[in-house]
Order: sequence, then structure tokens, then C-alpha cells
Amino acid sequence: MNIKIANGRVIDPAYLTDRVEDVFIADGKIVARGEAPRGFVAERTLEAHGLVVCPGLIDLAARLREPGFEYRATLESEMDAAMAGGVTSLAIPPDTDPPLDEPGLVEMLCHRARKLNRAHVYPVGALTIGLKGERLSEMAELVESGCVAFSQANVPVVDNMVLMRAMQYAATFGFRVWLQPLAPFLSRGGYAHDGEVASRLGLPCIPTAAETVAIYTFVQLAKVTGAQLHITRLSSAEGLRLIRQARGEGMDITCDISINHLHLSEQDIGYFNPNCHLVPPLRSLHDRDCLRAGLIDGSVNALCSDHTPVDDDGKLAPFSESEPGATGLELLLPLTLKWAAESGLPLTQALARVTSDPARIVGITKAGHLAPGARADICIFDPDARRKITHKGLLSQGKNTPFLDYELPGEVRYTLVEGQVMYGG
Amino acid sequence: MRNPQLNDNGELQHLLTLDGLPRDILVAILDNAAPFTEVAEREVKKLPLLRGKSIFNLFFENSTRTRTTFEIAAKRLSADVVNLNVSTSSTAKGESLLDTVDNLCAMQADMFVVRHAASGAPFLIAQHLHQQGRDDIHVINAGDGRHAHPTQGLLDMYTIRHYKRDFTGLTVAIVGDVLHSRVARSQICALRTLGVPDIRVIAPKTLLPTDIEKLGVRVFYDMHEGLRDVDVVMMLRLQNERMNGALLPTPQEFYKVWGLTAEKLARARPDAIVMHPGPMNRGVEIDSSVADGAQAVILPQVTFGIAVRMAVMSMLAV
Repeated sequence: MNIKIANGRVIDPAYLTDRVEDVFIADGKIVARGEAPRGFVAERTLEAHGLVVCPGLIDLAARLREPGFEYRATLESEMDAAMAGGVTSLAIPPDTDPPLDEPGLVEMLCHRARKLNRAHVYPVGALTIGLKGERLSEMAELVESGCVAFSQANVPVVDNMVLMRAMQYAATFGFRVWLQPLAPFLSRGGYAHDGEVASRLGLPCIPTAAETVAIYTFVQLAKVTGAQLHITRLSSAEGLRLIRQARGEGMDITCDISINHLHLSEQDIGYFNPNCHLVPPLRSLHDRDCLRAGLIDGSVNALCSDHTPVDDDGKLAPFSESEPGATGLELLLPLTLKWAAESGLPLTQALARVTSDPARIVGITKAGHLAPGARADICIFDPDARRKITHKGLLSQGKNTPFLDYELPGEVRYTLVEGQVMYGG
Repeated sequence: MRNPQLNDNGELQHLLTLDGLPRDILVAILDNAAPFTEVAEREVKKLPLLRGKSIFNLFFENSTRTRTTFEIAAKRLSADVVNLNVSTSSTAKGESLLDTVDNLCAMQADMFVVRHAASGAPFLIAQHLHQQGRDDIHVINAGDGRHAHPTQGLLDMYTIRHYKRDFTGLTVAIVGDVLHSRVARSQICALRTLGVPDIRVIAPKTLLPTDIEKLGVRVFYDMHEGLRDVDVVMMLRLQNERMNGALLPTPQEFYKVWGLTAEKLARARPDAIVMHPGPMNRGVEIDSSVADGAQAVILPQVTFGIAVRMAVMSMLAV
């Protein structure tokens, strides 16, 4: 179908453009901007006056809970949430049950996702079989099945020799390795940041050293193996300092943070709010402020939702016994806009962290920007609308987020995937 | 944020923690406890204040002493008491904490006395009762994880007040495993609220929480230095499983460095009192000569504990 998006404020972060113009779509692709191509007849026109037109968001971590945790969420429910959030590409961590360590599982996931015909999925394969940190997964096969990178999700590899071998093997093919910096023994049995709040509430802790020791290890192993390293869900100022230092020595390392760590700190735990039970833990205000500054200057490369739907039963338990995680797909855009407004950051720059920058990390070239020829994955939103986050208003099956009852900016009006209007209208 | 232990009129709805408990309420509990100490000396040790009320001792973690003192306190107030050791019953069958609570609500409970191994569990119960519209049911925290043990903190304050009268000139030292201690956290909060100007903690670094100074205490690693001129020494219990391992090398070494002996106690003021929440490890955190000595007020603590718990229960449920 030929679609014209008329009069929108078109923001293309990849090219730092921000101007009111029309966008023309045919055969699932963007064919032109500004002037209609010769002979273009729009079968449908989306009026976008006063709205922002930007690339569909690319989320580096969205747990859809299939296979294995369908009681918490299903592909259907979470794809609806993605569409409502303007998120059109999802990197899927491998911590499903069973984990994504087998080509057949990955093919099934991709097949199920394609049938639903909504957001594109980019599975991140398990680095080791069963995420057990013992035997390497069939990385070459997994990439053929659709994996874009390899990770251990939140399960650290205990044996550093195995980790080094896995990184070496991945580097043989040039595959990306995404690692969560959680040193196994230093993070064991902990639930909150080792700081003032946990000391007062008597919560067992995960010290910042769990992150820095892991980053230091990853950096050294990346150096000797030549693996392409992406560090996921950074939580501390000191961790970011180590990454900057490694880059200063010429290493090409990327990293991301979650929306939760961009806005919240240990203080938000309040009276044991289980919605603030997250991995990694929310750290100090100083850490949060350094991560925010890092996301502005680009030393933190991307912002992700770290979408982890948890059912109510999983959260109705004392803090340390509750399931960690929070829903996030529908909050990624609003929380990006909130951060941009609070930081006085232009939208071209802010939206880059959820579009073109994560696209580079996943290795997506045909989306994440709006140049003619790009896949027409587009998010159209009202930047001035404000919406209160409620249990009812969320489409994700996981209703738990620390941002419940927040009033957040931005409302998605249309989400297009390959030129089809999948949300709104 | 709404303080979950106070109702909309600022009155005590639950007793969950001493952190942030207003001073006037804390003092009122101590004041109300005083007359209850006399009840124990009567021939008939009973008052009709809670007649017809049902109190459930809901213990998700084993405890004989604390449960017994709550039971005695409730019975002296003429309440009906039901003891539930949940660690050995329903949760073992997979029932969730809140399912257990809902079941007991359906049995017309008036009060829950809750002990749980996870910090914050009584907050979850209080919040759940509020959401269920059951603000008529009260929760007393009888110890949650490492977080709080408010009635222990209160009975300790009662004891200090009994022997020292005024808090505002005192130097108090808390000695031992502060990291894992809900008692220490409650003590620190109460001592601050009552205006104690010099609160010290004495322990090895492995047994101190990060940034403990931010709770308003001075940190000492050395007993001789930390105990100098103190008015009150509050010893903490060292759990068996923490004596050998990565936190401490051996109980012997702990005793040598941090165990309270007569020689170390001599650094304190001559009229200093020695307290311990029990049960004591003699020869580990405290020497018998001190535990049984003239300065120890450990058994009066137990007696006052019943009066303080009677005061809390009667303030909540009457």
C-alpha cells in the first residue's frame, strides 16, 4: 500500500535532520521525503501535523517470555505492547526456558514472530549451552537461524576460561558478544545496591565491585580474544569510567543502560517497593546522574527498556523474594522524552539513543533511520501529550513497573512496520 | 510517601519499624509500659484490656523466646492467642505469604505478630491489609530479616531509661554483628530519635553495613577505644553460622578482639550498664563474668520486654 505521512515533524537521528516534511512509503519501504516521487498516488494519508515522525524504536532487551514463561507473557501480548510503544525491532535475550541455545528454538521464535507480523525480532543466542557457562553453543548455526549476537543474559559465566574460549570462538566469526557485568560471587545472594538505603532497610547487597570486576574481566578478555564486546545494562558511574578508560586505550566497546537506571536510584525502593527489585540493582543518585550524563555525551551508546514482564504473584512477596524485573516496552519512548526534556537535549540527539545507535549495535542497516530505501518502520507520536501510567493502560501482560502512576510525556499515534499501520488509525 | 505504620490521623496503626517513628509515639509507648511492669507482680497477672481479641503469632522463622514473650504479653491482656509456626506448615506446602494472611483474616484476626526471614515482609502484609480494606487488623513486626525488630529496640530504650533516666547526655556503644542485625538497626533509630548524642558501633569491617555512618553513628574497630567512657554497652548476638568463614576466622579470635570482658568493660564509665538481646553466646561475644556481673541488666531487659509488648498491643488494639 502507498502511504503518505503528511505534515509531520520528521526527525531522522541518523542524519541529524529535524524538519516538517512529508514521507512517502511504497512496498514497505520509504521511497521519498519532501517531494512525492513521480507518479506516486497515496492510497492512504496519515495526517501528522503537530506530531513527530521518527524511525520505529529499536530495543536492545525485550523479554517476550516465550518459550517457557507463557504464564507471565506471550508473544501476542508483548508484541501489542511493542506496537503501542512505537517499538518496531526487538533484541530478545536468551534467558527463555529452555534458553535460546538451539537453532530449532530460535527458528521457532522467529517463525512465531513473523506470523504475528508485528515487531521484527532479533534473537540474541545463548553463549553457552543452557546458559550454564560450561559448553559453547553452536554459534555459527545459531546465526544462520537468525541470532544477531551471543549473551549469557543475567547468568554470569563462573569459569573465566570458558568465557575466554567463548569470546575467542565468537571472534573467529566476528560475532558480537553482549555481556551483563555481574561478577558471579560478588553478586550472589544480593538484591539491592550496597549503599545507604540497603543498609537502612537491611537488604542483602550487590556491591558496585560486582559490576566493575566483571567489566575489567570482560575488557581484558576482549583485548586478548579480539571479541566485539557490548556491555549491557550498566548501573554504576565507576563501571562507565572503566569503559571510557578502555576506549581511551583504543578498544571499541559499546554499552547500554535501561530506562529504570536512567531515571531511578536506590532511594526509589522506599518502603521495600518490589517493583524496584531489578537486575542490576538501582544504585546511588550519583551513579544515576553519571549514567544520564553518559547517555547525553554518547559514552553510553544506547537506552533500552530491559522489558521483563513479571506477573503480580511474582511481585507480591517480600523484596528479596520477589521476581526481579519490570515491564518497559510501552515506557521506552515516554522515558526517553522525559530524559530529553529534563536534560534540555534536542530530540534528534535523544531519539538517536533508541533508534540509530541501537541499530548499529544490533547490526541493523535497513531500519533505524528514514533515508529513502529504508524499511518503513516508523513511529509517529504526539510529543506534547501526557499520559498517566496505570495498570489498566498497559498492554503488556506484566503490569509491574516502578513508573506506575507517573505522568509521562509522549503518546504514540501510529506505529508502522514495513509500511503497514500496525497501531493507531 | 505515606508512612505505612501510621493512619491518616498520624496515630499508630501498625508497629513495623522504629525508623521514622515519631518521638511522641515512641515516648508514649515507653510511658504506657511502666504501669504494666506492676501487673507481673500481682497475684492475678491479668488485665481485661484485650478480652475477646484474637492475636495470631505468625512466625515464618523459628523463635521460641520472642514468640513466648509476645504470647505472655497477649495473655496478660486477656487476648486469645494462636501460635502459628508457618515455616513448618503452609508455606512448606507452597502457600504464599499473603494467602496465609488472607486465611487468617477470614478467621477474624485482630492482630498479627509477624516474624519473617525476609526484610520488609511485615510491610507487605500491612500494605496488603490496607488494600483489602482491613485497616481494623494490626501488624506488629517481631523481626524481619536484617531490617527491624522494633519491640526489642523499644524494650532496650525502656531499660536504658529505667537505669539512666535521661537520654540526652548518653554515650552508647553497640558491639558485634551490626551487618546482619535487625536489633542494631532498631536500636540506632530509637537512640537517635530520643536524642542520644554519641552512638557508636564497634565491629570488624566485615560485620558493618556500607555507609553505616549515614545512620548517625560513629564507627570504631577497636574495643578499647570504642568503649571509652560509654554509659551503655549493647552487645549483639553472633549467629553460629557466621563464626567460621569469610566474615570471621574463628569465634576465638572474635572473642579475643571484640568479646566483652571485664578488662574491656573497665574502659566504660563505672556505672555503665551492659545489655544483650539474648540468647547469649558466652565466651564468644560476652564473658560470663560480665554477663552475670553487677553491671549486666540482661534479665531485667526480658522482664521489661513483656511490659513494652503489652503497651504496644494495647495501644494498637484498644
